[in-house]
Amino acid sequence: MAGSTLASPSADPAVAAIAAPVSVSPARETWRRFRRHRLAMASLVILTLLIVSVIVGPWLWPVAINDIDFSATLQGPSLAHPLGTDDLGQDIMARMMYGGRISLAVGLAAMVVATFVGVLIGALAGMSRKVADPVLMWVTDLFLSLPQLPLLLLIIYLFREQLKALFGVEGGVFVLIVIVIGGLRWMPVARLVRAQFLSLREKEFVEAARAQGATKMRQMVRHILPNALGPVIVASTIEVSTAIIAESTLSFLGLGFPPDIPTWGRLLFDAKDQLDTAPHWALFPGAAIFLTVLSINFIGDGLRDALDPRRVI
Amino acid sequence: MNEKEIRGMVADVKEGSLSRRSFIQRMAAVGITAPIASQILAWNDVAMANATLPYKPTKAGGGGPLKVLLWQAPTLLNPHFASGTKDQIASRIFFEPLAGWDKEGNLIPCLAAEVPSKANGGLSADGTQVTWKLKQGVKWHDGKPFTADDVVFTWEYAKDPATAAYTTGSYKDIKVEKVDDYTIKLTFAAPTPFWADPFVGVAGQILPKHHFGEYIGAKSREAPANLKPVGTGPYKFVEFKPGDILTGARNEDYHIKNQPHFDTLEVKGGGDAVSAARAVLQTGEYDYAWNLQVEDEVLKRMETGGRGKISAVASGDIEFIILNPTDPWTEVDGERSSIKTKHPTLSDPKVREAINLLIDRDSIQKFIYGRGGIATASFVNEPKQFKSSKLKYEFNIDKANKILDDAGYKRGADGVREKDGKKLKYVYQTSINAPRQKTQAIIKQACQKAGIDLELKSVTASVFFSSDVANPDTYTKLYVDMEMYTTTQPQPDPERFLNQFTSWEVANKENKWLGRNVSRYTDPAADEAYKAAQKELDPAKRAALLIKVNEIFCEANIILPLLSRTRVAASVNNVMHDHSGWDVDTWNIAAWYRT
Repeated sequence: MAGSTLASPSADPAVAAIAAPVSVSPARETWRRFRRHRLAMASLVILTLLIVSVIVGPWLWPVAINDIDFSATLQGPSLAHPLGTDDLGQDIMARMMYGGRISLAVGLAAMVVATFVGVLIGALAGMSRKVADPVLMWVTDLFLSLPQLPLLLLIIYLFREQLKALFGVEGGVFVLIVIVIGGLRWMPVARLVRAQFLSLREKEFVEAARAQGATKMRQMVRHILPNALGPVIVASTIEVSTAIIAESTLSFLGLGFPPDIPTWGRLLFDAKDQLDTAPHWALFPGAAIFLTVLSINFIGDGLRDALDPRRVI
Repeated sequence: MNEKEIRGMVADVKEGSLSRRSFIQRMAAVGITAPIASQILAWNDVAMANATLPYKPTKAGGGGPLKVLLWQAPTLLNPHFASGTKDQIASRIFFEPLAGWDKEGNLIPCLAAEVPSKANGGLSADGTQVTWKLKQGVKWHDGKPFTADDVVFTWEYAKDPATAAYTTGSYKDIKVEKVDDYTIKLTFAAPTPFWADPFVGVAGQILPKHHFGEYIGAKSREAPANLKPVGTGPYKFVEFKPGDILTGARNEDYHIKNQPHFDTLEVKGGGDAVSAARAVLQTGEYDYAWNLQVEDEVLKRMETGGRGKISAVASGDIEFIILNPTDPWTEVDGERSSIKTKHPTLSDPKVREAINLLIDRDSIQKFIYGRGGIATASFVNEPKQFKSSKLKYEFNIDKANKILDDAGYKRGADGVREKDGKKLKYVYQTSINAPRQKTQAIIKQACQKAGIDLELKSVTASVFFSSDVANPDTYTKLYVDMEMYTTTQPQPDPERFLNQFTSWEVANKENKWLGRNVSRYTDPAADEAYKAAQKELDPAKRAALLIKVNEIFCEANIILPLLSRTRVAASVNNVMHDHSGWDVDTWNIAAWYRT
């Protein structure tokens, strides 16, 4: 039966001969591999479009977000209002571009906070062979078992006024929401990272690095972390959607942004009573949240494939 | 119309040459509403009218289940602790007062045999005594008879400060005596023109002495009957899960013949106003939904389905804005908005005048509230004779700009006006409720055009309207510059309602922010007029005094009335209900029936 065993690709002398002379940097290699993932590429284009339109859009479409016009309430899309109007005759396109900045910024910033904290704690726990691991995992369990909504309410109740004084009305709420959502959503990432570290640190290539005298830090950052990133990226992309939705929940409870700031979640909440007559009002912000979350997930998918050194593309 | 003409017409009614109905219509034409018109007749010995629902079924029971949806769920069933309307509605199913108010403001006897009047000897000429004759043969749900002892006990129970009853204000200054088993005599400390308050309507429900007797005073909260009511009402208690569901079964021994029509009753809580309206008007899952604070557009669309109908009745409720004359951002003696402080800019009457000009009340009514409210500049609107005819509203951005210019408020680089370094930037708070957020948006935009920057804040209703001492976001704390909400007027007389404009009711730390004067504004002239009105027996003079109290606050632009609210409820087409703006929705639930 030995004859039927397929040869390993790396053992193929022809392949090795072609690949050897071309030297590419890891970043270009990742980009090359990423481009192969069609859905991820399409998602990247969509997300870029969304980000560019909320950043540049307000200059190209200089309509005030709170311009009330009772003669044009609940209108469908038209030339004057490409995405229609809400029940006060306010332009939905202008509101979506303004609110999109906040929603996207909250989502991305909260993801960065959650991923950073999660990776840090997971890596420390995963590398530790003494008390740090159980202690950190107890902390993780503790955070997982905290009732999140009451805690959120308490934190916001305690610190809202101080942060508002420091960063202004919108800035204060932004910092608070990012810290609170980021600070309460790092646990799944930490567990994933720890599990990856536990198995990877016993692998031969890490032993080899250790034998060559690599410090613990170098083993972690250069050898284990790149191999552990795949699942982390997917997990953290999901955090973006959680953050956008959590922001809407807080606005719904009156604890997020002031009610006249049209974040995407707020637009959806305002539109819910008019779903049957003015579906466009809910559809556009809904579609924006949907596209953002979906495309970030696909990009995460593509990145995982591209970053996974064991996968051949 | 002068006093003489009214007297002439009253004489016509007495003789029978003018019908009650046309008398009330003629009075309405000159701005005197039904409740007062009928009070005038009552003062002149013409029996009270009756605008209750005509009851058609010929036997009790057989109506199947009645399902009522209260989207704010009841949490307790003792009417004397029920500060929330939801609890008042739920407890009224089991407990009854001596009399209730119908939609025209007529007093309708319930546990009383008749409504006291001068003719039947019930009212004394000096306005200090009322004699109630009780209905005989009424039984509590456990079979014990209802007697004058229960009424006297209810007074003792509610007046005791240790009981901490919400209704204590109606009972603490009166004396109640038992004349015989079915007669009681009520004595006021001073002549009281509005006598129909103790034992009437929301605050007047009678408790059974044999269930609450041991629980008077400090032990009041421990009574098992607080959650398992034994009353005289049309439905007997079956089960209650606070905050969720309440069920009842028909009371076979109910004291009105052939009532009630339904065999069982279910009161379900939870959800929000829109979903409640949908459950009645669109899906028909429930028979009745209460307090539908929903944009009229949405309700109209749901009604087109043809399953249910909306009922909107006039009430004394008012949606208004308070401009805080005290400083909400400085803490003095452990409280903000203390009356020892002065607001840096809102204490300037010119700024308040300008803000009042920036409220587009007509648009708010037309585009948001529809049938739910009528734009007004007066705090008291119903009964009509208490409405100020002097107060007018205007929406004029240019005029507001001019007032602010003249007062020396200059626009800064960011377009916000300021004077002496104090910017016209305010936090404007209300509860979370779609029509209110839209009103906020409309006012914010107009203010922006006049160089006033408003930061909108919305607080979830259960926090905003709670009396939680520890929470800074309740409406009575007023830790903001501007605040908007509706205050309800429970009786067709504004005296009790207007005590929120008196200096002794100012909400502060000392009274745990339970004082009724939330605006904290005081004026000795208002105090004086209010005190005089409490003793004035002449209805016309009394009305003038109460109107003065109202005008002092509205002209100072501390209170900016927006809309006189109507009470909006929904029912499925085949359920006949009796909705009154002067009493709770279940005030006459015994007479509801299905066609």
